[in-house]
Amino acid sequence: MSTKIEEKPETETEADEQTSPGEQRRELKRERAAEREQQIQEELSEAEKTVGIKVFRFDPEVADKEEPRFDSFTVPFFRGMSVLDALVYARDTYDSSLTFRHSCRQAVCGSDALFINGRQRLACKTQVSDLESPIRIEPLPHQDVVKDLVVDMEHFYEQMHAVEPYFDPDELPDGELEEQRQTPENREKVKLSTRCIWCGACMSSCNIAAGDNEYLGPAAINKAYRFAMDEREGDDRKQERLRIVEQEHGVWRCQTQFSCTEVCPKDIPLTEHIQELKREAIKSNLKFW
Amino acid sequence: MSQSYDRGTVESFGRWREFSAGMWAWIFHKLTGWILVGYLFTHIAVLSTAIGVDPGSAAVADGTDFYTSTLQGLEELLIVRFLEVGLLAVAVFHIMNGIRLLFVDLGIGLTSQDKSFYASLVLTGAITVASIPTFLAGVL
Repeated sequence: MSTKIEEKPETETEADEQTSPGEQRRELKRERAAEREQQIQEELSEAEKTVGIKVFRFDPEVADKEEPRFDSFTVPFFRGMSVLDALVYARDTYDSSLTFRHSCRQAVCGSDALFINGRQRLACKTQVSDLESPIRIEPLPHQDVVKDLVVDMEHFYEQMHAVEPYFDPDELPDGELEEQRQTPENREKVKLSTRCIWCGACMSSCNIAAGDNEYLGPAAINKAYRFAMDEREGDDRKQERLRIVEQEHGVWRCQTQFSCTEVCPKDIPLTEHIQELKREAIKSNLKFW
Repeated sequence: MSQSYDRGTVESFGRWREFSAGMWAWIFHKLTGWILVGYLFTHIAVLSTAIGVDPGSAAVADGTDFYTSTLQGLEELLIVRFLEVGLLAVAVFHIMNGIRLLFVDLGIGLTSQDKSFYASLVLTGAITVASIPTFLAGVL
């Protein structure tokens, strides 16, 4: 590599008299591309194992990507490689226009929920070695694709905000510095529901949410559960929260298909929480006289 | 959500191979439910036409036993016998999965919902197979 860099100025001075600066730049670019190509080949042959990924491509603003298609990439495998690692390699190596969301790489930010081998998963939490090759990577179903693997999350966020997902107690403690204590039992009850990272995998897997745009969806109902079951909020607030989820497009749309519970990357028992809110809604409305 | 372009098999039922147990339970429950509703109305139609209640007809005046002859005629058909086995399978699955859903609604055993679905399938199969000698007696 170092010898090549030394050669470059020579070729440039020679070319100076015959070619324009633009062509010189293009020449350099071609050289770099060839070099990179060779490097990729080396990387691929050095790797003990390679994996193939098939990635969904779509971009309404680019002429040759207007028609959705799948692009295949070969990626050198290393132990512990996640699907996100494979995508990052493909983007950095083959096609810098390959678009996907990712941020923390440790299943906390919830940006990279994708449809991987027919199931909603977090790309950063899914090991390549657990999947059959070639790995088929698509954007989340039932959401509009903006570009490649990026989907429009606006509707999902709207549903999340519809359940007023913030702590809002009936009465505050007297002293300004006084803590609002929660019993360990109550904390255990809401513990799993607080894990939600707003990735949207559950909403995407839900057959009902796909057909009914007004349905709150598993994630939003889980959020409602998290606060409705929090004893610190008080009864009045709980009744208000129940009124939100017991509407026509609230908890009663759930048909207990368990799809959301199966795909949740944080293992939240979503169906269980929805069912519990259904029972709470009944209890608060049922009258025998 | 409506799409302005075709994403192929991503969002369709063409993905049925990837459905999980809970999804299959839902699909079968709907399907068997509709079949049972369809059977109910067929049943009413057959019975109401087989009892000979039209007071003006000559046959009623004769005292012909319409009901027995209609049912005997039906039971002689092999296809009806097979349909009866099918009906039992449909009804048993709907009952079993209905009990499963009752437990789901009560919040009992939600972590083993897939196992209870498989159990209802196995029970349905067993009861259906056991019923075959009874239903097919006399025609085979």
